[in-house]
Amino acid sequence: MELVVFSLLNGVLYGLLLFMLSSGLTLIFSMMGVLNFAHASLFMLGAYLAYQIGRYTGFWPGLVLAPLIVGLLGAAIERWGLRTVHRFGHVAELLFTFGLALLIEEVVQLIWGRAPVPYTVPSSLDFAAFTLFGTTYPAYKVFMVLISIGMFGLLGLVLTKTRIGLIIQAALTHPDMVAALGHNVPRVFMLVFGVGSALAGLAGVIGGFALVTSPTMARTLGPIVFVVIVVGGLGSLTGAFVASLLIGIVQTFAVAIDFSLIDLLARFGVTVTRADTFYDLWRIKLAQLAPVLPYFMLVLMLIMRPRGLMGTRET
Amino acid sequence: MPIIRRALLGVALTLAALPAAAQDSIKIGYIDPLSGAFANVGELGVHHFQFAMDRINAKGGVLGKKLELVPLDSKANPQDTQIALKKVIDDGIRFVLQGNGSNVAHAIVDTLSKHNEREPAKAVLFLNYAAVDPALTNDKCSFWHFRFDADADMKMEALTNYMAKQQGIKKVYLINQDYSFGKAVAAAAQAMMKQKRADVQIVGDELHPLGKVQDFSPYVAKIKASGADSVITGNWGNDLSLLVKAAKDAGLNVDWYTYYAGGLSTPAAIGQAGKDRVKQITEWHSNVEAAALDEELDAYKKKYNEDFYFLRTRNLMEMLVKAFEQAKSADPVKVGIALEGMKHQTPTGEVYMRADNHQLIQPLFVSTMSAGMKRDVENTGLGFKTDGRIEAKDTETPTTCKMKRPSA
Repeated sequence: MELVVFSLLNGVLYGLLLFMLSSGLTLIFSMMGVLNFAHASLFMLGAYLAYQIGRYTGFWPGLVLAPLIVGLLGAAIERWGLRTVHRFGHVAELLFTFGLALLIEEVVQLIWGRAPVPYTVPSSLDFAAFTLFGTTYPAYKVFMVLISIGMFGLLGLVLTKTRIGLIIQAALTHPDMVAALGHNVPRVFMLVFGVGSALAGLAGVIGGFALVTSPTMARTLGPIVFVVIVVGGLGSLTGAFVASLLIGIVQTFAVAIDFSLIDLLARFGVTVTRADTFYDLWRIKLAQLAPVLPYFMLVLMLIMRPRGLMGTRET
Repeated sequence: MPIIRRALLGVALTLAALPAAAQDSIKIGYIDPLSGAFANVGELGVHHFQFAMDRINAKGGVLGKKLELVPLDSKANPQDTQIALKKVIDDGIRFVLQGNGSNVAHAIVDTLSKHNEREPAKAVLFLNYAAVDPALTNDKCSFWHFRFDADADMKMEALTNYMAKQQGIKKVYLINQDYSFGKAVAAAAQAMMKQKRADVQIVGDELHPLGKVQDFSPYVAKIKASGADSVITGNWGNDLSLLVKAAKDAGLNVDWYTYYAGGLSTPAAIGQAGKDRVKQITEWHSNVEAAALDEELDAYKKKYNEDFYFLRTRNLMEMLVKAFEQAKSADPVKVGIALEGMKHQTPTGEVYMRADNHQLIQPLFVSTMSAGMKRDVENTGLGFKTDGRIEAKDTETPTTCKMKRPSA
């Protein structure tokens, strides 16, 4: 029972961290159709900026300033980079953002060095928020949950209930019509890319101290973010939210289960010993596979249901 | 006269055009990751060796020549290492340093063993400062390989000897990275704990993928559920930092027995979470009583703005210089023979190079991250405090090495 509660709670916490990381990407992808490989790099930039600003002003101004700077940078990238490249199609866009990711990584290494920076949990969030069966949960994780749910709620409301949201949605499917109605479609796209980047930056501010702020963080987190949006459904915010939670919970539960094929075979009266061929394969426990499960889900999803859990289109 | 002068000038120019460096310097190759995820680790090694060589050169070098470091990128994989080795051989470099990745070390040993047999006149000697797979000085031992770090089994032997004396330890949990080194650590810990303290229970033996886990809280929940009081882990880098951080968040009170908590950016990432909890087994740490080193540690930090970490790079270079002088030559075979059985005084005591398997025998230290130490690590305010010193002779382990020596 305890284990189930723990796994569920840890799974939800991890899932919300994933959603925080991927919400900006979902926004950009669903509204602009741009698969932004540099998303995790912008996330990394957010973490480094928050660390740098935090050294002078403390954590809280950094929480506001870092996403703002990353957002502006994102808008600039759209205005002077992506908009030009867009004309040459999706492959060009993909290559552009891929190059951008490499560029950002190199720049970060030049400025902050190759070793991780000591970006630690701010003292105002560094205390145990609550205790469950003798296990403490730190305040920063609660804060992270609030930010993550806040992002989800706000984005959902803005996109579906406000005028600007309607224009954004319309601009995706009927850009010419929206432009004919007097709206500046390129500016709408710039805004979307800027906001998406700012969300990545905000996730970085929190993810930076929850994880390790180093130049390799973009590369280690990049793949999992893509898993979230593919499983969730390309272009669905709710889908990404559900997928994040699902991945978080599945992975966490899997870690808790020490069950291998040997145990399964044992139920049918077959015993496997060290001498058997493929012993190493049989003895792999589910727990060992846990961190690989999300990628397994990605492959399965692409085979069974390419548009994802709640996707609206197949591209 | 002008003709003679011109002729002399011509001769001088020809001489200058010859590889002058080869005449007044001894080149030493360095093959480690200089790009990619482990670039910071490779860079740290370059700094250490450059620092040691600069000091030797400042005192006049060796055999009347200067030492010259030639860094090459292994990209942390055996394939690219072969390319780097090819360059070493083509450039006539006769000594090569490496440390990161036992798989890379194996590749170097294999290639050099073949090359040196084929072309004895161009033989290359391999000095290993950190690859700790025990096989390198056992089944796979080679005359051309010398190791200056204690291997994984020697460290585990020392660590478990220390742990066996801690009566408070009742339940131990093993968590390691799922690859050759992590598995070796787990296997050694299982066997040695059972032998030394039969009453201690191993309550978990976990392997997780290398460098893929972002959230260690489910693992921590398992450790907690097992009731363990101590954890043994060979984890390094982010896999160690994130694990200890997650444990601190969950309020898990265990002692961490580690191999690599003391450097490579891990102390900075662990921070206060490691205080009084994180222990390591190493050949040295910055608070080991060794007044002789004070000036050097400060000079290093001033030059590279990072902590001096590998004492073994210093030992290695000093012993190499001594071997050059004893052999009165920079010939790898003669230098190798001079290194065999060599005794050397280091700041931590006397060390010696075993002749039978080319493993350096040196004192080891178990230490804990503590507050209020003279020297802290990575600006954390915490430094390592010695809990126990294991004398050199007590770290020696039996070897299965049957070494084939060159006939020369």
